[in-house]
Parts: sequence; C-alpha cells; structure tokens
Amino acid sequence: MASPIQSEEAIDQREEILSISEPPAPLVQSDLTDQPAPSPPAIERVYRHRLLVRISHWLNFPCLIILIMSGLQIFNAHPALYWGDRSDREQPLLSIRPMQTESGEMKGVTTILGRQFDTTGVLGYSNGSGRAFPAWATVPSARWLAMGRQWHLFFAWVFVINGLLFMAYALISRHVTRDLTPTGKDLRGIGKAVKNHLLFRRAVGEEAKRYNVLQKLTYAGILFVVAPLIALTGLTMSPMIDTAFPWLLAIFGGRQGARTIHFIACFSFVGFIVIHVIQVILTGFFNNIRSMITGWFVVRHEHGGASHEA
Amino acid sequence: MKHERSMDRRQFLKGTVGAASIVALSGCDNLTQSAWFPSILNKAEKLTERVQRAVTPANALAKEYGEADISRVFPANGNTDPGTEAYAKHLAQNFAEWSLDIVGLVQTPTSWSLAAIRELPARMQITRHDCVEGWSAIGKWTGVPLGDLMHKVQPLSTSQYAVFHCADVDDEGLPYYESMAIQDCYHPQTILAYELNGAPLDIQHGAPLRLRFERQLGYKHAKYVMRIELVESLSGIGGGKGGYWEDQGYEWYAGI
Repeated sequence: MASPIQSEEAIDQREEILSISEPPAPLVQSDLTDQPAPSPPAIERVYRHRLLVRISHWLNFPCLIILIMSGLQIFNAHPALYWGDRSDREQPLLSIRPMQTESGEMKGVTTILGRQFDTTGVLGYSNGSGRAFPAWATVPSARWLAMGRQWHLFFAWVFVINGLLFMAYALISRHVTRDLTPTGKDLRGIGKAVKNHLLFRRAVGEEAKRYNVLQKLTYAGILFVVAPLIALTGLTMSPMIDTAFPWLLAIFGGRQGARTIHFIACFSFVGFIVIHVIQVILTGFFNNIRSMITGWFVVRHEHGGASHEA
Repeated sequence: MKHERSMDRRQFLKGTVGAASIVALSGCDNLTQSAWFPSILNKAEKLTERVQRAVTPANALAKEYGEADISRVFPANGNTDPGTEAYAKHLAQNFAEWSLDIVGLVQTPTSWSLAAIRELPARMQITRHDCVEGWSAIGKWTGVPLGDLMHKVQPLSTSQYAVFHCADVDDEGLPYYESMAIQDCYHPQTILAYELNGAPLDIQHGAPLRLRFERQLGYKHAKYVMRIELVESLSGIGGGKGGYWEDQGYEWYAGI
C-alpha cells in the first residue's frame, strides 16, 4: 500500500531521521538476493498501512488463532465430515478416530475418501488419549465441547464485526481497488511472479512499494472468498439461521456440506497464516512488523535508480 | 553460509511457533479456569440470541424433508434409558398410567393421559436434528403441537419460560430438565412427539413423549417429558441455568 505521491522534502526528511536511527544494513536485509550491492542503497520510507488496517490486522491475529483452535475442539466432538444434510456414519468424507490394533495397541487412523492413513501421535490418538486433534491444537486443551463453543462463538463475533468494518473501510478508502485488485499488467506477469517466489527473489525499489500479483490475489481471495465462506458456512450450521435463510442450505450442500466447507476454509486460513508468517520473516521481519505497527515501511533502492529486476 | 542461515531460520520458526502455541494454550487454559473470563465469553450468547431472533421471522419453518431423506439410523445421545424403577413400571404398563401435566403460571392446570394426547390433532414433520456435537440426522416425527396445549391451559401474562421436567436422571441422580421461551412454545413445529418414523417412540429416543424444538440444537429436545411448568424465572430450578446441559456449561440459547 504505497502512498503514491510523497513530497520530495518529506522523503528527504525521513531519510535523515532514518540515517540516525538505523544502521545502513539491518540483519534481515539483502541476505537472499545474494547480490553484492555496489554501494550503500538509497533508503525511502513509505507510509504503507493506515491505522484502521493495522488495528484490524492485529485484532484478526488472536481471533483467528482462537477460532481455529476452539474450532478443532468442536470438531473433536464428532470427528468426521460429510456432504448433504445427514451425517450417515458409514460414509464420511473424512474421519479421524482412535483404533485398537489386534495386539491391543492404540493408534490414530485418519480416513480420507475411504483411504486410511496411520496418523498416530498427532491425529486420532495422541499422548495416550483418543482424540482427533491433539491437546496442543485445541482450546481449551482438555476435551471440553461446551467451553470450546463459548470461545468460538464469542470470537466469531469479534472476527465478523472486525471483518465487516475492515471490508467497509477497504472499499470506501479504495484500498481494495488501489492496492488489492490485480491490474491487467499484474496478471500478465503472473508467471514471472510465480518464478520469483519459487526462487525466493524479493522485490526491491519501486516494486517493493506495492503488493505483487500473488499477494494481491491471496489477500483478495482471503478477503472476498475464504472469509465470507467461513462466516456463511458457520451460520449455515445454525438451525435457527437456516429457517431465516433457507438458501444457505441449498448453496452449501446441506448442513453437513456447510460443516465440511467450514473445515476446508479453516485449513485455507491455516495455510494462509503459515505462508504469510514465513513471508513476513523472509522479506524483512523487522521492517514488516514495524510497518504493521507504525505504518512505516522502508524501501531500498538499488544505487543509481529505482529499477529492479529481482 | 546461506544454508546455515536457512537452518537458523527454520529453527527460529519452529521455536516461535512452538512457543506461541504454548503461550496461547496455557493463556487460554488459564483464562478458561478463571472466574471472570467465561462470564465475558458468555455475553456472546445473548447477542447471538437477539440478532438471530431479529433476523428470523417468528414462525419461519425449519426445512421439511421427504421420506427418501430419512436417516437409516437415527443416533440417540444423552440418556438412552431413564433406568429408574418408576420408569420401568411405566414401561411395563406400556405407559398406560403416564400423564403429561402442564402446571405453574397458567389459568387452567391440566393433565392429559397418553391416550388423550394421541387423540388430539397431530402434526407430522420430517425434520433435521442437529446435535451440538456436529452430526445431523433426519427423522419423521408425529406429535401434538405444544401451542395447542398452551391455548388450553392459558399461560398467565407473567410466565416467561416453559420448563420441561423429565423422567430421567443422570448417574449422580440429578433429574433432567430443559426450558424454552414461551414464544417458542407456539412455533408450529414445536411438538410433543410420540412417534418416530411411524412407530411409537422407543426408549432411547424418549418414550413415550419427547419435545421437538426444531430451530435449536438437539440437547434442547427434552426426552421422557412428564410435566411442563410455566415460570417467570429459571433461577430457582436445578442449577438455575435453565436446563441439565445448561447447568454443565452449554448455552441456554441453542440456535447455533
């Protein structure tokens, strides 16, 4: 989210401040590009994340962790997924159960579309107890459905209210159209962006001021697909809401279908969080964290111009 | 050098995730055990109830299914046999002496025998049962609309809740009970069912009479119902939270 027009003076001033407060090469910088810089890079500070975006981001952090972990607690109460309105127990899409072997040993068995996997120690049986997700992954850690629901339904409200406020702000402030919508040029360059990611090449200079096409697609996908999906499928599991909006059952493949999609959307969030955190670490941890706390992000220009071919 | 750094990074990441998980978990477990935090979490229940009731028309019907949708096996949860001497006696008499009493804040306290209940106009509905655990089953229920019985006993204007007293007790002898708001008693699909899938209720599904409360989760659907008491407040009954499961920490409003 670059603010495109910065007055030269403002930038100069900031450079001055920066040159006092920061040594030229913070440890997280330039360790992956592996190209020796011919001379010290020029530094520019840009106001990257506005206040409401930052607040919303940091509210999402505990919300998502708690929603995921309390969700796994709830899942543990009936550790199987189905499609349609009924849960016919003989044909789940997925089930995670403890099983006793012929020798009397306990193991955890995860069954996906009829195929069985031994997941002892993590799924189905862990730390001497038969439970789908292990104690370290659930809130509360002990098996306690009633309390898991209380955590889940409270933080679901926080997450949804925060999400709606963010969505409204992002649309009105044109954060969505300006920063999150891929341009035609972005989309044509998607192959190159994938290659850059696979080679762990990082954007520098002007390119680092804005999101690349994969970032845009990921953030937009989370914001407009996964987040609404997880909220709506959560509501579809409510028998009361189903009477008010019966079409929910129709579009999500019944109550059990909604539960399955809710689970998949949950693990989409897990995948997103893992990749997001890895990227934050790899692309300049302190710079990234600072920009999400103070708003200010440091961009390094290659000496002699803002061009970049990373 | 580069390899070493990436090892460091991996170690760092592992350490961070591990530490974060431990901090988050022990933090959450401590909060769960505290006196004050669950009472904050609890506030969500009232908000959920208000919002859900506001967006849902009072008489919006739960989806009704066709015969082909009925679950082959309808699981039974909670108590599957009251196991008391009194219940065993009723069972031996095929519930000939069973009666349903509606008492409390009503104009005309009334008692019905099972035979009298069966003679009243019945409603048949094929609906989905949603358990708090996450599973769903579809069954065909036949019974008398609770609203019809309410019109006969005429609740007083002070009554707020209908409390369902049941024949079953838990392992420690605590009697099972449930409650619903008076307004929900009049929902067309709120029935006292005596048949499941065309046959008299079996013991595990709540013989001879059980509540169907279609817009809320399964634990609200009291089985083995003997007496309905209309009250102004739930505080003096059982653990005071409005039901056996509510006293164990489950929400009174079970619309989600």
